[in-house]
Amino acid sequence: MDYFLELFLGGLTRGSIYALIALGYTMVYGIIELINFAHGEIYMIGAFTGLIVISVLTMLGWNSIAIIVLAALIAMLYSAAYGFTIEKIAYKPLRGSQRLSALISAIGMSLFLQNYVLLAQTSNFLPYPNLVPTWDFLQPYEHIVRSTEMVIYIATALVMVLLTYLIKFTRMGKAMRAVAQDRDMSMLVGVDVNRVISFTFIIGSSIAALGGVLVASHIGQVNFYVGFIVGIKAFVAAVLGGIGSMPGAVLGSLVLGWTESFFTGYISSDYEDVFAFLFLVLILIFRPAGLLGRSDTDKV
Amino acid sequence: MKKRFGRYFVLIALVTLTGMVLFACGQQQEQPAEATKEAAPVEKAVEPIKLGVAGAHSGDLASYGIPTVRAAELIVKKRNAMTGICGRQIELLVEDDVCKPEVATNTATKLVTDGANVVVGHICSGATKAALGIYKESGVIAMSPSATNPALTQSGDYPNFYRTIASDDAQARLEVDFALDVLKLKKIAVLHDKGDYGKGLAEFAKGFLEGDSRAEVVLYEGITPGAVDYSAVVQKIKQSEAEAVIFGGYHPEASKLVQQMRNKAMDTVFISDDGVKDDTFIKVAGEFAEGVYATGPVDTSSNPIAVDAVELHKKEYGEEPGAFFLNAYAATLALLNAIEKSGSTDYDVLTKTLQSEWVATPLGIIKFDEKGDAIGVGFAVYQVQNGQYVTVEF
Repeated sequence: MDYFLELFLGGLTRGSIYALIALGYTMVYGIIELINFAHGEIYMIGAFTGLIVISVLTMLGWNSIAIIVLAALIAMLYSAAYGFTIEKIAYKPLRGSQRLSALISAIGMSLFLQNYVLLAQTSNFLPYPNLVPTWDFLQPYEHIVRSTEMVIYIATALVMVLLTYLIKFTRMGKAMRAVAQDRDMSMLVGVDVNRVISFTFIIGSSIAALGGVLVASHIGQVNFYVGFIVGIKAFVAAVLGGIGSMPGAVLGSLVLGWTESFFTGYISSDYEDVFAFLFLVLILIFRPAGLLGRSDTDKV
Repeated sequence: MKKRFGRYFVLIALVTLTGMVLFACGQQQEQPAEATKEAAPVEKAVEPIKLGVAGAHSGDLASYGIPTVRAAELIVKKRNAMTGICGRQIELLVEDDVCKPEVATNTATKLVTDGANVVVGHICSGATKAALGIYKESGVIAMSPSATNPALTQSGDYPNFYRTIASDDAQARLEVDFALDVLKLKKIAVLHDKGDYGKGLAEFAKGFLEGDSRAEVVLYEGITPGAVDYSAVVQKIKQSEAEAVIFGGYHPEASKLVQQMRNKAMDTVFISDDGVKDDTFIKVAGEFAEGVYATGPVDTSSNPIAVDAVELHKKEYGEEPGAFFLNAYAATLALLNAIEKSGSTDYDVLTKTLQSEWVATPLGIIKFDEKGDAIGVGFAVYQVQNGQYVTVEF
C-alpha cells in the first residue's frame, strides 16, 4: 500500500509538472489553433532567468523564500516578454496564411531559442539550487513527499483555478472565448483580437516560466535542452486531455504522469514511453477529441 | 690514394645520410623501398598529412569532445613547429558530430571527402559506430579516445578501428569486482539510460553479477533520459531493497538519480562509469555526489608525458584539461607515430605498424592488439570525497 501511495505521488509530481506546461499549450491552441512548439523553450528560458536572479540575490544574502518568490516573478515577467515578442515576430505575420506555415515557424522559433541559449549561456548542465524551505509538518512524510513537490502540486492547482476563473468570469476571458469561437466575428463586434492573442501568450508564457523555476528546483539542474523533451510530453498531455480545454490539460497531464509512474513501478521503465504513447493512441481511438475535448467539427 | 679516400668518404656520407632519413621516417618493415621511392618524393614535399578530429564539440556532451580537439591542436602545433612528419606539415580537420549517430555519418563523409588520412574520434560509442562504416569503405583508420562499447572492437566488423581506452566489459568487470570483493554487497540494482554506451555496460555488469553466486541482481531497468522526475524508479529501487545501484550512463541522469535517492533518505551505494567520472557531475549533483563511486581510466597524471601535456594545455588554454584529454593525446601520438615510423598513410602499412610498434603516450607505453584495443590501458575505481574524485585503493 505504501508503495502504491509512493507511486501515486510520484505520478502526481510528474503530472503536475506536465500540467504547468500543458496549460500554456492548450490555451494558445484554444485561441488561435496553433501548436506553439516554442512553448517548451519559454519554460527553459524561465528556468535560466530564475537561475540568474537566484545567483545574484544569493550573493546579496537575501532570505531564501524571498529569493525564490522574486526569482519566479522575474522569470515570469521576462518569459512573458519573450512570449509576447515571439508571437509578434513569428506568428502574427503568418496569421492569415495556412496553419502549416505558422507551425513551421513555431518549430523554427523553438530551435532558434535553444541554440540562442546554448550560445549565449552555456552548453553545460548547471546546478540549480533548491530554495524551497523544508516544512516541519512534512518531516514525518519526507520519504514520500517533499516540500518542493508539495509546492508544485499547489502551484498547479492554483494556476488551474485562476485560469478557469479568468476565462469563465472576466471580461478578458469572455473576449478570449469569443476569439476562440470565431475570430472574424469577434473582430466585427469590437473585440481587439490582437490584444486578446497577445494576452494569451503573456499568460501562457508566464505559467511556463513558473513551471521552469519550480521544476528546475525540483530536479536540481538545467541546460538549454530541458524544454524540448518536457515540451513534447506536455503537448501529448494536452492532446490526451483534449487540446483547447483547461481542465482537460490538467487531467491529461495527471493521467500521463500516473500511467508512467505505475507502469514503471509495477512493470518496467524500459517501455515507459511506449506504454504512455500506446495509452494516448487508445484514448484517441475511443475519444478522438481527447478526454475533455469538445467534439464539435473542426473549422478547417 | 687521395682520390680513393675521397670516394670512400662520399660513400660513407651518403650511407649515413640515407640511414638517418630511414631512421627518421620509419620504413623499418620488410617491404619498404619501392613504395616510398615511387610515390613519396612527389607527394611528401607538398601534401600535408590530414588529421581528422571528430566528436561532440557542441551540445550537451560537448565537454567530452572539446578536450580531444585541444589535445590534437597542441600536438599538431608542436610537431608543425618542428618539421612536421617526414617534412610534411600536419593539417587538422575538425568536425562536430554532437554525439548523434545520424550526424556522425555526415561528419565522417565530410572528413573522407576532405581527404583525412587518419581520424581521431569519434567520442560517443553510438556516433562512432555510425561513422566507422564510412571510414572502413574509404580505408581510413579511426582511433577513439573514449568510445568504450565492446562490440566496436570485439565484433571484428571494424578492422579500421582502434581506441586508447579500455572497453566497457573491462569497466563492468571492475565495477562488479569492486562491489562484490571490496564492498561485499549482496543485492544490487542495475540501471541504464537505454543508450548504446550505458545499456552495453549495464548488460555486462548484469551478466557478471549473474555469473557470481555472491550477489543477486534485484532490479534491472532502463530509465528514460531527460525525464523531469525519476521518483517512480527511485521508489522501485527502494522497494527492491537493493544495497547498491550500478548505473550505466552519463552524468545528467546520474546526478538526477542520486539527488532523488538522497532526497528520499536512501543511502544506497551508487556505482557508475567514466560517463559519470566527470567534474560536471560533481558540480551539478553538489553535496549529493559525495560518496559516489565511478570507474574511470587509471590516473596517469604522474607520467612525464602526461605532465607535459597538461602543462601545455594550461599554458595554451589557461585551464585544467577536461575528460579524455590524455586518451586523446595518446591517440593522436599513436597515429602520428605510426605514420612517422612507416612513412606512409596507407591503410595496410599503418595497420601493421599500429599493431607492432610500441609508442610512449601519457597513458604509458602502448600498442594495439589485432582487434584494435590498446594493450597497457586500464581502469581504476574513484570516489567523490569532498567534492573531488579520489582513487580508491583496494
